[in-house]
Amino acid sequence: MSLLLTVIAQGGGFVRDRAGESSCVADDGFCPSWIVDNADRYVTPFFEHVYLSVVSVTIGFTIAFALALLAHRRRWLIGPFTWLTSALYTVPSISMFLLLLPITGRGNTTAIVALVIYTQVIVFRNVINGLANVSADIVDAADGMGMTSTQRLFRVEVPLALPEILAGLRIAAATTVGLAALAFLAGTGGLGSQIAAQITFKSNVVVAGLLVTLLAAALDLVVLTIQRFLTPWRRAAAA
Amino acid sequence: MSIARLRVDSINQVGDPSAQSSAEPLEFRNATKRYAGSPTPAVDGLSLEVPAGEICVLVGPSGCGKTTAMRMVNRMIDITEGDILLGGRSVKDRKPAELRRHIGYVIQQIGLFPHRTIADNVATVPKLLGWDRQRIAARVDELLELVGLDPHEMRGRYPSQLSGGQRQRVGVARALAVDPPVMLMDEPFGAIDPINRERLQNEFLRLQAELRKTIIFVTHDIDEAIKMGDRIAIMQEGGKLAQYAPPAELLMAPANDFVEDFVGADRALKRLALQRVRDIDLWSVATCRVGEPVAEVRKRLEEADLDIPLLVDEEQRPIGWLGKRALSGERVRDELRSRAEPVVELDDILRDALSDLLGRESMYGPVVDQFGRTVGVLSIQVISHAIGGASAAVPSAADRAP
Repeated sequence: MSLLLTVIAQGGGFVRDRAGESSCVADDGFCPSWIVDNADRYVTPFFEHVYLSVVSVTIGFTIAFALALLAHRRRWLIGPFTWLTSALYTVPSISMFLLLLPITGRGNTTAIVALVIYTQVIVFRNVINGLANVSADIVDAADGMGMTSTQRLFRVEVPLALPEILAGLRIAAATTVGLAALAFLAGTGGLGSQIAAQITFKSNVVVAGLLVTLLAAALDLVVLTIQRFLTPWRRAAAA
Repeated sequence: MSIARLRVDSINQVGDPSAQSSAEPLEFRNATKRYAGSPTPAVDGLSLEVPAGEICVLVGPSGCGKTTAMRMVNRMIDITEGDILLGGRSVKDRKPAELRRHIGYVIQQIGLFPHRTIADNVATVPKLLGWDRQRIAARVDELLELVGLDPHEMRGRYPSQLSGGQRQRVGVARALAVDPPVMLMDEPFGAIDPINRERLQNEFLRLQAELRKTIIFVTHDIDEAIKMGDRIAIMQEGGKLAQYAPPAELLMAPANDFVEDFVGADRALKRLALQRVRDIDLWSVATCRVGEPVAEVRKRLEEADLDIPLLVDEEQRPIGWLGKRALSGERVRDELRSRAEPVVELDDILRDALSDLLGRESMYGPVVDQFGRTVGVLSIQVISHAIGGASAAVPSAADRAP
């Protein structure tokens, strides 16, 4: 009973004091007008976050893609690579950032190294599976036409594996954007450090969190557009 | 201007069999494939020669090594022992990729690249050989027309937008792209429904009549082998060659029980499908017209193989068989014992001609040429002689194309 009264009293207080912005802020509430007034606070962290995510995904994708192409040709590498990247993936992210600190120091390097490590298993597995799923008849035809194994890889296998490869890239991008919010543990900026700075202030947490989600969605859209552009035959098939 | 010239060049490559690159002979010389850990070889000492421009069909039950034998030609499978000579040159002396670019390759699943347009698919090997774009574009259009596809309609499509038969044609066009002297075809019509398969087979034989490529054709279907092959190599388990012979010989004189069994109990009937009426010795017949002196007709009758005179019109077209009363006077009278049915044409396939005779319950029928003029008589006896007969000349598969 008394609890209910308290809730009502608090609610009433919130409604009554809505005009008084400072009291909403003082209550760590969700304050739209504060958000509008303080939007510029988020510009720098947002772009730091974009930078961390895009750089990490780009480097991570490049490394994992190269490893997968190597393992596709030297099949015995698939086991060790899968095991290693999976093992690294299971390290909790908090531990990863803290473990790397003594080696790479505070700052972007540590954050990027950690984020790159987390992309590896996702991209590697998707590339390997994508290449493995190219129909044996098509590979046989490519060989029979007289393609060298490199020509076959880049003219036939990689293009046909693109849908799976890019699916891996999308997951990696979304994961990285999310994990980058923890990069403040390595001493970088980004939306994560913005959240951590005022973690009890609802307005701050909501805005920064929303921006992380939006960034993930935007990157996803970018990759989807690239995929659409690179795989015109799939639309032809559907038509 | 240069486009026009290039186009003429490439047409010459295909259309003119005397052009520098047409067909080359192929020889298996004791070619053997052994896989590690397998007690019996997949292909065991295969020796056979395929003359330039002929279709050699490798046929046999699954596991007989026919596909393995074919794939050794372009080194998709490496030869363990022995050799394969292409135009007198060992395939082992050439780099696999380079060798394969000059050997047409068609597989059952066709293996078109789904991410490439039809034009790009056909252009695969020309691109590998570094042809310039104009030459490639002209060649692609020419090839699509050659296999009966409209270049304007097909060029920009993707394989998924084509029917099975269309894809098969594109597969053949792709294999022919650089006018290779040899083609390998692994059950190329295997995935096509029976009606379209028959049509594609006929189309391909017509194409081959023009192109005269040396072709290794793999199938498990003896009827397809008989239809498509100039020569047939029947293979049996353990990768052994059971018999290598032209279809007629194979059907007439199977080398062993395996071959006899494989070609089937109806091999005599199958032979009939290989020959046309013009390929066998017909009976001569005494033709006569109404009003001719009977004495002359009787003289002709003595020389003819058939002792019944055939009444013909002014153009030598058969009318009917004459009865005894027709020759009872001085002059031939119009007294038919029966109408001249069925009339068989020289170009009819023997099997169809026999069917006509049986259908009319007739023992014989007049044979006419393309103008309808009587040239002889086909009888059940003649056909049965042709089936059992020794050396009937059977034309090549491409020449038999309807």
